Order: sequence, then structure tokens, then C-alpha cells
Amino acid sequence: MRLAKPPPSPPPSSPQTLPGGPPLIASHGLFVEAGGNTVLSGVEMEVRPGEIVTMVGPNGGGKTTLVRALLGLQPLSGGSVTRRPGLRVGYLPQRFQVDIALPITAGRFLSLASRADAAQREEILREVGAAHLIGRMLANLSGGELQRVLLARALLKQPELLILDEPDQGVDVTGRLDLFDTIAGIRSRRGCGILLISHDLHLVMSSTDRVICLNGHVCCSGHPSSVVRHPAYIDLFGTRAASGLAVYTHEHDHTHSEAPPPEGAP
Amino acid sequence: MLLEGFMLRALAGGIGIALVAGPLGCFVVWRRMAYFGDALAHGALLGVALGFALEVDPNLTTLAAFVLFALILTGLQGRQELATDTLLGILSHGALAMGLVAVSFMDPLRVDLMGYLLGDILSVSVVDLAWIFGGGALVLVVLAALWTNLLTMAVHEELARAEGVPVAAMRLVLMMLMSVVILLAMKIVGILLITALLIVPAATARHFARTPETMALLAAMFGGMAVLGGLFASLTWDTPSGPSIVAAAVLLFSVSALARGLVQR
Repeated sequence: MRLAKPPPSPPPSSPQTLPGGPPLIASHGLFVEAGGNTVLSGVEMEVRPGEIVTMVGPNGGGKTTLVRALLGLQPLSGGSVTRRPGLRVGYLPQRFQVDIALPITAGRFLSLASRADAAQREEILREVGAAHLIGRMLANLSGGELQRVLLARALLKQPELLILDEPDQGVDVTGRLDLFDTIAGIRSRRGCGILLISHDLHLVMSSTDRVICLNGHVCCSGHPSSVVRHPAYIDLFGTRAASGLAVYTHEHDHTHSEAPPPEGAP
Repeated sequence: MLLEGFMLRALAGGIGIALVAGPLGCFVVWRRMAYFGDALAHGALLGVALGFALEVDPNLTTLAAFVLFALILTGLQGRQELATDTLLGILSHGALAMGLVAVSFMDPLRVDLMGYLLGDILSVSVVDLAWIFGGGALVLVVLAALWTNLLTMAVHEELARAEGVPVAAMRLVLMMLMSVVILLAMKIVGILLITALLIVPAATARHFARTPETMALLAAMFGGMAVLGGLFASLTWDTPSGPSIVAAAVLLFSVSALARGLVQR
């Protein structure tokens, strides 16, 4: 069992209350413009304690922009973002790459984030299955290893909300399944809300409570099985995506052989 | 070896600069600011020329040129039509060209162009030393105080921002620290080669470092060794001091790269 010190301010909501309580974070009629283009228009969304919300949508659909707006990194041109007061957010950014010129181990990288002691750092690394990486150079880690270290770093602050921007990038299909298992485990152990961006709805499907399909605006949202039947979703991803889902939902054991080749893999 | 006053001053000045340039140079390497350093250094020549033309202290006009550069760069970087390295190239070579043209109008007896371009470490005065050690200490204190923030930003700028690091302010601080070091080092290695003193010892240190801190310390050490070797060569063969120091630094880098390659086999 995990024996973490009690966090300084309100403890993470216990799993019993999930998925309930007032939203951790919510956007209201959110508009973002960049370079004269409207990237997001009228986006309404929220994440509640203990729920996993997955955001899908085409490239350029504004998923990362929305995350950055929620984090306060992106100026809004309209609408607002409300956060629960004192909300602790852990963030895993997209396209994380460390310059090989910077010699820094995974352990040291974690120590930069907080004053947590070495034992706590090791413990959290173990929680995400990355304890063996503590002395490795950050720049030499594989995609999956790096994502786990980043996940550990995000967890160091005992977050009530985790925002993960494509945590599965650069990870092969088997690795993805492991990673999403780890993420689901974090939710059930810690009861934190999780906002996840993924290209692969099929793989995150089983552990997702709610899906938001974003293409400049919220096309549809709801339980994953209803979203994939939604006309707007089928418009965006085609009927193959919707029917392909059946394979994944019913034959979890066979995902390795039936999985499509990862898109854009090097 | 002659250990006369000017020689001791040269050594002290050179090593003083190397101790500061090493750690700061690590950030130049980590954040890929080498070209930015070149642009700043070339801007210094324009500043010096302006100082002589207006008959005010060239150090003041050089500082003014730095501030102007920093503003232009910050203003230009937001635009997407051209990559930053292209903009820096325009600024950097533009400043060098205009500086050289401006200096050509001046009395060569008043403006020692070669001294500014290639450095004149043997003319380091006691006042220069006071500036180098005072300014250098200030730079090191600022670096140490902001170390965690700067390091987090070097690892990943967006993550640092999300975690509340004031990234824009930190960027400005780095620019200012580089300006100060370039101003201090101008007399030692000259405008053309200042960036080398920032990046070559840091790159050499990378071969042996496993933490950011050891890389910074080793960079200071390798810089100091380059100054010693370069000064010795400069005295022995009567070569210009700045290029000799940089040549020594590059020699150290090559030897360490070779040694590292052999060890890894």
C-alpha cells in the first residue's frame, strides 16, 4: 500500500465520492483566436473529481489549445475558465523532448519540481512503474519511459486534476495499453480527475468515463459508446472508426494482433 | 615565464571571465542561444562605434545597443514568417557590417578596431579587473539564485510555465546576463569570438558531466584552462590573445571528444 504523507491542503477526494462533487475545472463559452483564425468557439466542458475525460478530435481541432487555455497558458478571446479554488494541477505536455546537451537524470528532474524527499520521489516513480529509471539520463529514455517519468513528476504535487496531452505519443501499441492501465490505476488509487488527450479512442475507451469530441467546437460528448455512434463523430472519423471499436471493446485480449499500425510512428 | 604586472592582470582578467562564462555558457548550449550570443556581440561593435561618434563612454552606448537588440528580438520573435535564426542572422551580420562601416570613418589612432574585434587581454587595467570581478560576481549570484527556475526552463519551457515559472522574466534575465558577460569579455577575447568562450568550454564539460551542476563547474574549469593555455601561446609566439584562447578551448574540446570516443568503444 502507498504510505504517502498527508498532503498540506485538502486531500484528494476519496474514490467513494466519484464521480461527483462540483467540477474541478470548467470552461464556459470559451473562444480562442490565433493569427486571425478562430481556433475554439463556444467550448463548454468540465472535469469532475475522480472522472477520466478523454478528448479526441482531428489534428488542428484545438485540443492542445483548449488544454493550454485551461492551464492559463493561452490568452482567451472570449468566455472564461473556472477552477476550484486552490486546485492543484499536474500537467504532462505534448512533444516533450530534452536536449541531449543537458545532462540530467530522471531523479534530478523530479527533484526540480518539488521539495519532496528522495523516498517520496522513489515511491511515486514505483507507482507509475518507473523506479528503475531514477538514475537514467532523461535524454536517453524511450518515449514510453519518458512519459512515465513525466507522469511521476505530475503526481509529485499530489494533484487533484491531471492534464495529460497525448501521453501515448511515441509509445507502441502494447506500451499504450500498459500506460492507460497505469493511468486508470492512478485514478482509482488517488481519486483525482483526469483530462486526457488521445488519438486512439479505442485504447482509452475502457477506462474513459466521458469523451469530448473537439473540432473547433464540441461536436459531441458523452459516454464513449454513445459518442462513437454519434453522427458528428462518424462524420469526423468515418464509420470504420465506429465499427472498429466493437472489436476493441469485446476482444481486449486480441488487441496486439488486430491493432492497426501506430500512425506516424518513426 | 615573465610574471610582470600586465601578465598577472591578463591572467586574472581571463580567468575571471572564464569562471562566469562557463556556467552561463551551459544555458547558452542548453537553450540553443549561440547565435543569439553572436548577434549581441556584433551589436556591441555598433555600440562602441556609436560611443566614439557621439563622444560618450562606449560602454554606455554598447549597453544601449544591447537593450535595443533585446527589444527588437522580442518584438520580432512573435512573427511567424521567418525563423528565429534567420532574424538573428540579419540582426547579427547587419550590426557587424554597420559597425565596421561606422568605425572606418573614425581615426584609426583613436579606435583600436583590431583590439575590439580580437581582444587585447594584455592591456587589461586594474579598473577593468574591478569590473570583471564585480560584474562577474553579480552574474554568478543571479545565476545561483534563479538556478532551479532557469534549469526547469532549460528542460522544458512550457512545463516550466505551467508550473508557475515566470518564463518571460527568466528569458529577459538570461539576455541581460549574456549582455553583461559579453561587455566584460570584449577586452579579453574580442567581439568576433566571444560566443566561443561561452559555448566551447560548456560543450567540453558535457563530455564528462552527469548533472547540470557538474557541467557548469567543469565548464568554468575548462574555460580557465583555455585562458592559461591561450595566454601562454600568445606570449610565446606573439599571437593575438583572443584567438589564442579560443584555439586552446577548441583544442581541449577536440581532445576530450576523442578521449570520450575512445573510452566508449
